[in-house]
Parts: sequence; structure tokens; C-alpha cells
Amino acid sequence: MTITEKILAKHAGLKEVVPGELINARVDIALGNDITAPIAIKAFRKIGAKKVFNRKRVVLIPDHFTPNKDIQSAAQCKVLKEFAIEQRLTHYFEGGDVGVEHALLPEKGIVGPGDLVIGADSHTCTYGALGAFSTGVGSTDLAAAMITGKLWFKVPESVKFVFRGRLRKWVSGKDLILRTIGDIGVDGALYRAMEFTGSVIKKLSMDSRLAMCNMAIEAGGKNGIIEPDETTEEYVKRRTERAYKFYSSDRDAEYSDVIEYDCSKIEPQVACPHLPENTKNVTEVGNIPIDQVVIGSCTNGRLEDMQVAARVLKGKKVAKYTRLIVIPATPFIYEESMRRGWFDVFLKAGGVISPPTCGPCLGGHMGVLAAGERAVATTNRNFVGRMGDVKSEVYLTNPAVAAASAVKGRIAHPDEVVR
Amino acid sequence: MKIKGRVWKFGKDIDTDRIIPARYLTTSDPAELAKYCMEDEDPSFSKNVRAGDIIVAGKNFGCGSSREHAPIAIKAAGVGCVVAKSFARIFFRNSFNMGLPILECPEAVGSARTGDIFEVDMASGEIRNVTRKKKFKARPVPPFMQELVRAGGLMKWIKKKGF
Repeated sequence: MTITEKILAKHAGLKEVVPGELINARVDIALGNDITAPIAIKAFRKIGAKKVFNRKRVVLIPDHFTPNKDIQSAAQCKVLKEFAIEQRLTHYFEGGDVGVEHALLPEKGIVGPGDLVIGADSHTCTYGALGAFSTGVGSTDLAAAMITGKLWFKVPESVKFVFRGRLRKWVSGKDLILRTIGDIGVDGALYRAMEFTGSVIKKLSMDSRLAMCNMAIEAGGKNGIIEPDETTEEYVKRRTERAYKFYSSDRDAEYSDVIEYDCSKIEPQVACPHLPENTKNVTEVGNIPIDQVVIGSCTNGRLEDMQVAARVLKGKKVAKYTRLIVIPATPFIYEESMRRGWFDVFLKAGGVISPPTCGPCLGGHMGVLAAGERAVATTNRNFVGRMGDVKSEVYLTNPAVAAASAVKGRIAHPDEVVR
Repeated sequence: MKIKGRVWKFGKDIDTDRIIPARYLTTSDPAELAKYCMEDEDPSFSKNVRAGDIIVAGKNFGCGSSREHAPIAIKAAGVGCVVAKSFARIFFRNSFNMGLPILECPEAVGSARTGDIFEVDMASGEIRNVTRKKKFKARPVPPFMQELVRAGGLMKWIKKKGF
């Protein structure tokens, strides 16, 4: 069996499962945010449920329109807060404690290896980087899991992606996943599990692994997953609040497809409008002037991302008429970035530093685009109208390319800025 | 259940931001969401859609966000069902969980033009393009999911089973 099949089987109380099988499985963590949880809470009340299945296992994070951008979004957040108080939820965060959910949960040790996690947010697949089965669902699924602690799943087929060779300079997990989505398309892994493996993954940092698994959904994947190893152990041993278990795929596990990469051929990638599959090498995009750069989100708002952005921006100035917005994804990343002097770098460069929020990624607030404006973002989606006006454009890159682009005022390779 | 209505044909990879943009997600009121349904793809859609009309689309319909607001908006706009070449996974789940009928049938999609009349039999999976006098058979829905639909969605299924 694959790692995905083993975790699903364990949580369904079965010895084994096969792709296509429908199972009812126990959920370790059920997550909702300020957009999706209000609908789930309404459904919870509507069928007469009184108590969540476990107050330590239901997590509510108001991160999308927060700090509340208007009266309506404030009302949605209030629904979460009141429910958290009523149900005495252990994990509810707001204000200076809140962070972007998929950065916050691993960092706080709320999710761990071997877990089965569902979240009413498509990027819940992020936690596969820890060796968990985690997947995005809707609000009704969240309601069902909050009540029963269980949910139905169809066991997915798995596709194995093997990354070998050596990573080039400025190439990160973000580029590997963008290249993959570019090759297989936005439905290339539809209904399937994406297992990332190979010598490059073994050497990859946890932050880069989280960025890769985060974007499995952009290829239609049900989950992204990486077998836990020493890097995982190092990351989880100090933080994970519950006992965890490392699962790994059997040598004879069956995959619907195996796709191999020689990473020494992969350059920093740019996903051009309006789909994450429209990827090109950064050197191939040509002269694209930009109005805004966003470095943050559940994909690339982590410490490693802040570090590389600071490295590129050190002693540099953001181009005139270009806005740079930097969003550390959690209070810890925020404080640590400040402590390490990176805030000085961002501020001196002319950047804006935002508190943790999903804000601009979905055109919410803190950087909405006007018609005709163009942004480079380290976020995960560049759909039509994603960051604002329907006639705006978003280009997805890693933080080094984003920072270099801010300095040049056009899409740029980091080597053009740092020598 | 039989649904008969006019076809609204859309392309491939219609994402959830196009079905209902995030700027409207400060509400979950179905009537309010219906007003903006498909706005970034076809601004005339919500004004001209009639009860029972059918959305017909290419591959990967509903890709992107997990927002249940997408099927909620489609259903509240009066759309009777969605026929696509394929659906994004979360949209697929959400539709069943909240009782929006959807069917995968690449051949029926290929035959359709906006304005055609479709007749869809959810039970048998038979889709008729009445305008072009063609008949298609959709991929069968797994028995468990038929059970969900019969129960009236996931919450009603859970209530029936006891929690």
C-alpha cells in the first residue's frame, strides 16, 4: 500500500484499502476559517447538534478577511468566536495570535505525521509535507466532521513524482511544484494523491515541502504527501501536541503513474495568467512590467521565504511605481523576521509589512488590484480576477523571483539583482 | 428526477473564483450569492438564467477553492443541474453534500451549444440534447453517493443514521 492508503486504512479501522473504495474514516483535526466555518456552524445548528465531537480537535482560524475588512466580514468572524467560546474550543486564534491557517497549524504542532486532517479550505493539503493525509473539503463536510468526528472518503489512486539531481541556485519547492503543474495541467492529478519523493525531496527543507504539498490542489490532487524522515522528525519533535506516527509506502505499492524529474534542468518558474499550469522559465517570460508584488500566503509566507526575500532585497530599493507587500504568515514568523533584521531590509527597500492575513491572495484586502494592474505573487492561484479586478493579472513565483521583480519593476531573475 | 432546461455552455477549467468571486464571500446568503453567480465569466448570466436551466461545461469544472458558496450560488440562481466533462474534486463533493445534481458526460458536453434544450434523467443518467436529437449516457454515480442524494444531502444522511 501507499502511504496515503495506509493512513486512510488505519483511520477507517481496516487492514487494507484499495483505490476507488468508499470508506468512513476517523478525522484527527477538522479545520474551518472565516469564510467556510459560518456555513458549517449553521449546518451544525440546523440538524440540532449540541456538541462538537472533541473540543481539542475542531480548529477555527479567522484568517481570510482579517483583521476584519468590513462590517460583513466582522460579522462572519464573530460567528466563529461565539462558537469557539460556546464549545470551549482549545484551538481558536485571533488578533495578534492568529496566522494564516496552513502555516499556523504545523507550526503550533496541531497537526502531525500520520494524522487524517480535513479542512474547509482547499489548501488543507499542505500538511502532507509532515506525512499526514490532509485534504480540503466544503463546509457541509466540515459540519459532518465537527459533529461525528468522521467523514466519508473515496480512496484515491496515487501518482509518484520522483525528483532527482541537484537544485539550481534560487530554485525552491515552489518551482518544483509549479513545474509539475505546468507539465501535468490543472487537472493532471484529478481525484488522485500526489506523492513527492526522490533524493531532492529528502534534502528539501520543511518550509519548501509545505509549499509543494500546498499546491497539490492546483493540479486537482486530493492530497500531496511526503514520507516523513529526519527533517520531519526535527520539525515535529519539539512541537506536536499529540502522539504521531511515521507511515511510508511499501516497495511494491501501486501507482497509477510515475513521473521523474532531473532537477538540475529546472529553472525558477513563473506561472503566467490565468492558470497555475501556464508555467515558463523566468528567463523566458520577457519584459513584463508590474504594479505590485506580494510575498506571503499559505504557500510562501514562511521563515525561509522571508529569509530569501530579505537576501534579495538587502540594500536595494523597490522600483518607483511598484508596491511591495510582505506578509509573514504567523506571529512567530513575524517576530522572528523582525528579530533577525529582515523588517529593516523590507522597510528600507520601501516595502509594506502586513500582519498575518490571507488578504490579497484572494482579492480580499491589503493589496487588491485595479483593472489593468499586474502583480507578481508568491501565492498559489492566478485565476481571472483572483487578486482584484477581472482585468488584472497575477504571475506566480517563488519569493526570490518576487523580490527581484519588485526591485526591477518587471519580472526578473534574482541573479539580475544579487551578484 | 428529470430536469429539462436551456443550456448555458461554458469552457474548461471554470474555477470557483469565476463561479463566485471572493469579493462576495462576506455573506453566505444564497439569494445574495445568486446575484453574482458566474459574474466574472458572463456578467449577463444571473440576470438571464431561468429556473431549470442547465450549465454545461468542459473539464475540471469548479477547480480552485473549497468554497461551498460556488454550488450554493449555482443552485440559488435556479440552475437545475450541471453537466461537465469532469469536475474538480471538492466541487464534486460539495455538490452531492448539498444536493446540487451534477453529471459527468464528455460526449453530451461536446454536442451542446448555448440555448440548446437538454433533458436530464438523474436516476438513469440519460441526457438528451432535445434540440439536436441526440442521446447520451452519463458515467454512473457510485451507489453510496446516490444514497446521499436520496437522503437529501450529507447532513440529512447523518441525521438519519444518528449522531
